[in-house]
Amino acid sequence: MSTSEGYSAKDEVGQVRTRRTWRQRAWIELKKAPFTAWLGMIVISFYLIVALFAPIIAPYGEAEITPIPYAPWGGEHMFGTDQIGRDILSRLIFGARNTIGIALATTFLAFLIGGGFALVAAISRGWVDQILSRVVDILMAIPSLIFALMLLSIFGSNITSLIIIIAILDSTRVFRLTRAVAMNVVVMEYVEAAKLRGEGLGWVMRREILPNIMPPLVAEFGLRFCFVFLTIAALSFLGVGIQPPTADWGSMVRENASLIQFAQFDLKAGITPLLPAAAIAILTIAVNFVVDWFLMKTSGLRDEH
Amino acid sequence: MTVHPVIRTVLQRLALGVITLFFVSIVIFSGVEMLPGDFTQAVLGQAATEETVAAFRRELGLDQPAYIRYIDWIGGVMSGDFGTSFSGRAASGIDRSREVVDLIGPRLWNTLFLASMTAIVAVPLALFLGITAALYRNSVYDRVVNASTLATISTPEFFVAYILILFLAALNPVFPSLANVSPGIPLDERIDRSALPAMTLSLVIIAHMMRMTRAAIINLLASPYIEMARLKGLSSTRVILFHALPNAWAPIVNVIAFNLAYLVVGVVVVEVVFVYPGIGQLMVDAVTTRDIPVVQACALIFAATYIVLNLLADIISIVTNPRLLHPR
Repeated sequence: MSTSEGYSAKDEVGQVRTRRTWRQRAWIELKKAPFTAWLGMIVISFYLIVALFAPIIAPYGEAEITPIPYAPWGGEHMFGTDQIGRDILSRLIFGARNTIGIALATTFLAFLIGGGFALVAAISRGWVDQILSRVVDILMAIPSLIFALMLLSIFGSNITSLIIIIAILDSTRVFRLTRAVAMNVVVMEYVEAAKLRGEGLGWVMRREILPNIMPPLVAEFGLRFCFVFLTIAALSFLGVGIQPPTADWGSMVRENASLIQFAQFDLKAGITPLLPAAAIAILTIAVNFVVDWFLMKTSGLRDEH
Repeated sequence: MTVHPVIRTVLQRLALGVITLFFVSIVIFSGVEMLPGDFTQAVLGQAATEETVAAFRRELGLDQPAYIRYIDWIGGVMSGDFGTSFSGRAASGIDRSREVVDLIGPRLWNTLFLASMTAIVAVPLALFLGITAALYRNSVYDRVVNASTLATISTPEFFVAYILILFLAALNPVFPSLANVSPGIPLDERIDRSALPAMTLSLVIIAHMMRMTRAAIINLLASPYIEMARLKGLSSTRVILFHALPNAWAPIVNVIAFNLAYLVVGVVVVEVVFVYPGIGQLMVDAVTTRDIPVVQACALIFAATYIVLNLLADIISIVTNPRLLHPR
């Protein structure tokens, strides 16, 4: 299409608009990210690496018992040992794997249940929507920690029932949010068009609505993860969550709590029960930082102005 | 006959609250239905004779249909009878179990004391911090308060609790680390012993409440009438106190009620940390021993408190802000 002078408007425009790959675009976004978001991402990746390579990094086994219980810091055991002589550092490392893994599985399940029902409710409306919403209202009227405690006393404390119970209780929050955002999308013409051309419920859910409500759901995933993570930690701390010998941060705090009384004589021993608690706190703060940045990015939502 | 629209809406909310409570009680009651069939054996022990098991089943009313048992149970709850605890029963049929009400009564009072002590400290402080942070938005003060409250929100309650124990009980023995409260002790002693749990709860509650108050006020400051007041040349203190605050009561009351409801849940973990003899600790103990009647009673009390507080917030915000009667 070029003219005799060799000039083409299309070429010139094409030069300015360099096509960037997905990776380049992601990198540009990342470079603009604030310091807190970077900090959060670095912390999260550190946790993930520790969790993935736990057996390689940890100096001792998850439930390996060494001869000296309550060993002090330093020497063979960097953070000492617990009441039956298990290495605290190793248990912290394996705890990353168990605690984060269980929380992630629970959050995924919660999104699957809550998100799925919410989309069904938003698309079908009418009595389906009414029934689902009322059920969620009732489930949400009971504080979730209390409800979880009650259900755990009935079904017993094992990891499977823990994951299912927390996932179901948490899916109510996911349901509320997903239904609210999906309601705005369902009324769009392209959804109507898809329905008119005879697409099924599954197609409309996956191909028409889901891609358009993704950003708030991703942000919610981060927040839900924090919430689930803290709930499971609290339940384990109360002794009804993840059970020993599985290493888990919540129950580690409980097991070593008595050491805090000795802080006057040996500060390091006093800090030991705080280590797993700090591990929980740092991860939640990191996730919050990243979610804050992501929310600002995708919705332009700020609490100022 | 026409009823005032505010009264009508309030009555509607009340009815809705009662219906919610009814369904919640059904959910809690069906807990027993979901128990595995042989739990009578588990409670009484392997050595239990056929007759003891049969007698226990009869006492629980397991030979009757579920709806009759529900009516019995809810009728008992209405008249303050939550049944008898599972613990203290022996295989031989000797029954040393206690009434659930006797277990709950004194502990409920302890928990209420802790919660009100927290609320008295936390609510005014959080409102003050929230309003001033909104007033001096984006200042160093605002940023510091914001960052520290975000950190508090993201940490588990027991982390805050143990840090307080470390600094205020273990390193500098200011307060006792175990909240050993018993019925006979004088008030000042009681306050001293419950100081650390109250402080932990306050920190968590203040963080939530302060952030929500700040968000509510900032949201309000974006309204046109505030801009008008500013353009008239009023000072920012006057704008906040006389123009923003009267309209902010509804969201603020909501925030307070929401956080008091949150207190209901937070109290469980904190009571366990400090071995505070409250209802949360009782519930956790009952869960570990699978003492279902006690768990049910505690769950019902927690859920009812939660529902009533939320209902109260709803009603107060409708009464103070009649515009909510006509949702856009």
